[in-house]
Amino acid sequence: MTATETFAGSSAGALPSDEPLALIAADGSPVEGSGLRRPADDVVLDLYSAMVLGRRFDAQATALTKQGRLAVYPSSRGQEACQVGAVRALQERDWLFPTYRDSVAIVTRGVDPVAALTLLRGNWHLGYDPYELQVAPQCTPLATNCCHAVGFARAAALKGESTAALVMMGDGATSEGDAHEALNFAAVWRAPVVFLVQTNGYAISVPTNKQSAARTFAHKGIGYGMSAQYVDGNDAAAVTVAVGDALEHARRGGGPTLIEAHTYRIEAHTNADDASRYRSNDEVLLWLARDPVDRLDHYLSARGSLDTFARQAIADHAESFAESFRQRMSVDPELDTEDLFRHVYADPPEHLRRQARRVAADAA
Amino acid sequence: MTETTREAPARSTDEPVSMAGALNLALTDALSADERVVVYGEDVGPLGGVFRVTDGLASRFGETRVFDTPLAEAAIVGTAIGMAMNGMRPVVEIQFDAFAYPAFEQITSHLAKLRNRSRGRIEMPVVIRIPYGGGIGGVEHHSDSSEVFYAHTAGLRVVTPGTPDDAYTMLRAAIDSPDPVIFLEPKRQYWAKAPIARRLDARSLTHAVVRRPGSAVTLISYGAMATTALEVAEAGARLGYDVEVIDLRTLAPFDDATVSESVRRTGRAIVVHEASGFCGYGAEVAARLTESCFHYLEAPILRVTGLDIPYPPPMLESHHLPSVDRVLDAIERLQWDDHVVLPDEMG
Repeated sequence: MTATETFAGSSAGALPSDEPLALIAADGSPVEGSGLRRPADDVVLDLYSAMVLGRRFDAQATALTKQGRLAVYPSSRGQEACQVGAVRALQERDWLFPTYRDSVAIVTRGVDPVAALTLLRGNWHLGYDPYELQVAPQCTPLATNCCHAVGFARAAALKGESTAALVMMGDGATSEGDAHEALNFAAVWRAPVVFLVQTNGYAISVPTNKQSAARTFAHKGIGYGMSAQYVDGNDAAAVTVAVGDALEHARRGGGPTLIEAHTYRIEAHTNADDASRYRSNDEVLLWLARDPVDRLDHYLSARGSLDTFARQAIADHAESFAESFRQRMSVDPELDTEDLFRHVYADPPEHLRRQARRVAADAA
Repeated sequence: MTETTREAPARSTDEPVSMAGALNLALTDALSADERVVVYGEDVGPLGGVFRVTDGLASRFGETRVFDTPLAEAAIVGTAIGMAMNGMRPVVEIQFDAFAYPAFEQITSHLAKLRNRSRGRIEMPVVIRIPYGGGIGGVEHHSDSSEVFYAHTAGLRVVTPGTPDDAYTMLRAAIDSPDPVIFLEPKRQYWAKAPIARRLDARSLTHAVVRRPGSAVTLISYGAMATTALEVAEAGARLGYDVEVIDLRTLAPFDDATVSESVRRTGRAIVVHEASGFCGYGAEVAARLTESCFHYLEAPILRVTGLDIPYPPPMLESHHLPSVDRVLDAIERLQWDDHVVLPDEMG
């Protein structure tokens, strides 16, 4: 780069819309004029089916937490359109970089729910093989996964692979320094990565208006020289089209995109949180009326693409999925103290071998 | 990848090379040997790094292998983690010791833990090169010895070379290592020259080395202080002390075998480092040696370290850094005549 050139990504960066883009309104009626192309009904039906499954899984995980089977569970309820819509936009080789609140996204990707909840169950920090379905470990220190996704995407581009990375974050995570650094690196490197901000109203108890003074989080894109979009996060059709287009743009070498999906966290932060201390029930009721699953149900029903029989079949499938999940979670996991030492280094050094022997002897 | 594998140029190993030059050769040879290796950081491209360790690499290997980044340490390390997940072997540079702190979360919460978290499915072959330590007249934030922050974190290898030969060999071993390596470069030694063998030796990353054999007392040191310890040994010989000098090379994991074997032979030990003494690396070494060699010890293990103060301004740093005289004083206090060491005499 010479001194006369400006920013690497200066071709990108129109301001996003002030209002979130939608294809389907809260009552299920179609919305025109968003600029997003409308997906075929079978695509929307697949989103609906996956969201019903995701919600049932989420409810089961919450129930298991109350029974003491999970150490903690941050619910995805209310955010199914974001998580399912985004994951359904991924191609097989693309990678997902989720946070702890994205269990529905991970299960939608195809990860076994028991493996997906290993972290929250507490028998290990990660239960699935990231390379099997291209799902990075769930990130707990927020926004750190943004840097990982950018590095991963940069490596893919250096190797000449047309693979993109999708990284998830919440509105709170946007305040972290790592989010800023990752967005900037991605734009300068034109890395094939899509940032999805699920603005769900709260970072535990801190509301969005105490998190940022920006008009929207999507408005930050222009500052990085990055394309940005602001979408209705309770409209799975809008999310999947926006994320899908951004991923395709990234795979073709067009660089990163920042997408903000406006949604709402229906449950408290986790089972250990008391949301009544910082928000009103009226506010929750307002958002329940914008439910993302009901929205697709109404939309598809009105178009003749979802009838009572199909709806019941989808619900039955979700029920049996949850039942299998519940049964397998009722079996205590096998624990091996040797695991504490086995993978700290590629080859355990002598002091860890000694400690492993001592712990094993104490446990025997 | 656009770059093809290149042969390393033939070079006489008899010609003295500076530590910075040896590190440059190691990067050159690693970039040539393995196309998964990428080198990046602040000013490592056309400038060649503020210490010129990456001099000429960008023009030789191209911008896809050696490149500048925006000025942001957390993302330098965080993106290296992502690159390693995707099969690369990143070697990143943090410009100065104290500038690594923004990357601390990425290093301790992710780089160090991802192998363990994923039960070995994710490998982190990442090297973080950090020029560290004082003695070069650096202003505030340019002279920290931050090794214990990393050494305290399980999953990291923390190493520091004391000679140009080790600088080459250890950096090659670090890049080949499947574990993440914090590679601390003693900047005071950057321009000291010595011949190098330019060879591969995985043990250089896992084993301490006896730099000078002796029978009366073991000096345990690392980085720039290994050179100070050798100077102490020369001066000590004139005073009648036969000093053994160990250069640890690897701070984590610690090479218990080499160090305890030496101390069992000599019966006396002093740990020398630039970093502050309180909760410092020497405390761990002294504790381990007490546990493993108690019946062989003729005197308490002493520490000669930096003071328990923030790193001083350059015009005062000589008071902080362990000197030959301070270490010699410590040797004389090792109860050669059953003299009792009073607390206020201790280093």
